[in-house]
Amino acid sequence: MSVLVYLENWDGNFKKTTWEAATYAAKTAEMLGTEAYGVSIGQPEEDLAQAGNYGLKEVIELKDEALKSFDANAYGQAVAQVAQEKEATTVIISGTFNGKALAPALTVALEAALLTNVTQLPKSTEPFTVRRSVFSSKGFNELSSQADKQVVVFVPNSIAPEKVEGSASLSEGSAQVGDAPRVEVKEVDRVKGQIPLPEAERVVSGGRGLKGPENWDMLEELAEVLDAGTACSKPVSDMEWRPHAEHVGQTGIAIKPDLYVAIGISGAIQHLAGVSASKTIVAINNDPEAPFFKAADYGVVGDAFEVVPRLTEAVKEFKAQN
Amino acid sequence: MKVLVCISHVPDTTTKIKFTDDNSALDKEGVQFVINPYDEFGLTRAVWLKEKEGAEVTVLTVGGAEVEPTLRKALAIGADNAIRVDQEAVDGFQVAKQIAAVAEAEQYDLIIAGRESIDYNGGQVGGMLAALLQQPFINACVGMEVEGDKAELTREIDGGKEKLSAQMPFVIGGQKGLVEESDLKIPNMRGIMQARKKPLDVRQPAEVEARTKVGTFEKPAPKGDVKMVDAENMDELVRLLHEEAKAL
Ligand SMILES: Cc1cc2nc3c(=O)[nH]c(=O)nc-3n(C[C@H](O)[C@H](O)[C@H](O)COP(=O)(O)OP(=O)(O)OC[C@H]3O[C@@H](n4cnc5c(N)ncnc54)[C@H](O)[C@@H]3O)c2cc1C
Ligand SMILES: Nc1ncnc2c1ncn2[C@@H]1O[C@H](COP(=O)(O)O)[C@@H](O)[C@H]1O
Repeated sequence: MSVLVYLENWDGNFKKTTWEAATYAAKTAEMLGTEAYGVSIGQPEEDLAQAGNYGLKEVIELKDEALKSFDANAYGQAVAQVAQEKEATTVIISGTFNGKALAPALTVALEAALLTNVTQLPKSTEPFTVRRSVFSSKGFNELSSQADKQVVVFVPNSIAPEKVEGSASLSEGSAQVGDAPRVEVKEVDRVKGQIPLPEAERVVSGGRGLKGPENWDMLEELAEVLDAGTACSKPVSDMEWRPHAEHVGQTGIAIKPDLYVAIGISGAIQHLAGVSASKTIVAINNDPEAPFFKAADYGVVGDAFEVVPRLTEAVKEFKAQN
Repeated sequence: MKVLVCISHVPDTTTKIKFTDDNSALDKEGVQFVINPYDEFGLTRAVWLKEKEGAEVTVLTVGGAEVEPTLRKALAIGADNAIRVDQEAVDGFQVAKQIAAVAEAEQYDLIIAGRESIDYNGGQVGGMLAALLQQPFINACVGMEVEGDKAELTREIDGGKEKLSAQMPFVIGGQKGLVEESDLKIPNMRGIMQARKKPLDVRQPAEVEARTKVGTFEKPAPKGDVKMVDAENMDELVRLLHEEAKAL
């Protein structure tokens, strides 16, 4: 028995959520009284041995040509093969786009139970039980595995990476994925240097109250000083003021940053569904009756065009002093 | 071309979620159920394939008789026929297995599922179905151009998009972008009349066991009262975010 974790990289780089996953795996292994292993696919530029700092014993590297570009089935099968080799009964995946895509294929290959949208470390291991978010964060539910193995997909930002003493050994593995029914990737178009929303620790978000796409400069300035990602309400992306990938809510991306700043967003139930899991919420709105104030921790009633630049200045000043 | 659209029957997005007294399940009292919003995009895309390429569009839900109004609505929107697999949906694996059993018999060229259901937010069924059927899977699909038995697709990835191609048969997990919000088809009177006459085939479930067990439900802890900060005093907000919320 062991625990395996998929250590995802993006164009060769790891992200915070990679180490969240490693921490999740190490802590689960501790609960099970066993070891945690990592599997990495591709050619990460960063040192994989640092996985040891998050409690992993060994990392198996898959560098097969057939895994050069992402494919849900091929990657799912590859991780499953390593899991079988390491006799892993639990596999941990961070709920990124690719993580969510490969988890079902991995589960089918392992004949495991799939536990998704998990927001905490396991509650118990006998039976293997997790807490998951349901109804777009309007509720939580305990879910138990009824199989011998389980794949756990957790929500990024649900657990903090935790450093320990240690170094992981590295070994090269190989996976047979030639038969996987797959797609042919033509082009990967990733905005460089931007913080992808699901992982952003802070998010600044704008709604229809901002009046038009030309007014996003001030929002981006605030995001920059806060080191935050940018998001928007659904109508804003529907009107193409902002790219669709920034749309948060029930029908967009669900996020749980440490700080969510909502500017000129009314706070409709479908919007809140995607952001209410944020640790701290600030609402800025010129209507004191805006529903968002009922869901926020801090509220500012005022014109966004005055309040936001003022807030940006205040954050700048704070940073200069600290 | 035969297209299957998997339809999840979910509480309307405005629903105030309540659980039963013993917290063992959703309290369905007064809840309005609708086509899962992610599946609406896939359904309209499928109806376009019918209009442009003469595709035959089947909609399918795994569930009890209470899901039939949702399937009728999908028929009114333009699907040709509907299948209900008569078993209460309890877990993503069980649902995927049931759909796979139908798909093995019917041999669809394209299966459109949604990225996730807005009830349990599992995001499981599409990918499992593809793996069970040994077909390619494209998740978070935001664009699809079909050309013969090939398709050029776009999927959302962290911080961007990926363009790819796939050979039929394949499975997608669809979302907005497959068609735009403004393109979504809504049932008109004629559609509703026609839907009454379209076949809704109730099938016996295959023998499948769920692999998960649902335990107790709980509402999120209520938020404390909002603290209002004067619009002139953003230094105070920064101080609170730093000292109190520890968010800065
Ligand atoms: C099936 C379904 C799914 C949906 N999914 C989502 C979803 O995933 N995400 C989502 O966001 N929405 C979703 N919606 C839409 C949702 O119901 C709301 O319509 C939407 O969130 C409103 O966006 P908004 O707050 O930007 O705009 P509005 O509701 O128009 O609010 C604008 C706000 O800006 C304020 N304002 C105006 N001027 C200023 C100013 N100068 N300074 C400060 N404040 C100002 C106003 O007081 C108002 O509160 C969904 C709806 C449906 C039916
Ligand atoms: N009971 C069901 N019947 C038919 N299709 C379903 C059912 N549940 C989920 N699906 C499909 O699978 C997708 C993903 O659902 P889920 O894995 O439940 O998040 C949905 O968007 C539907 O297309």
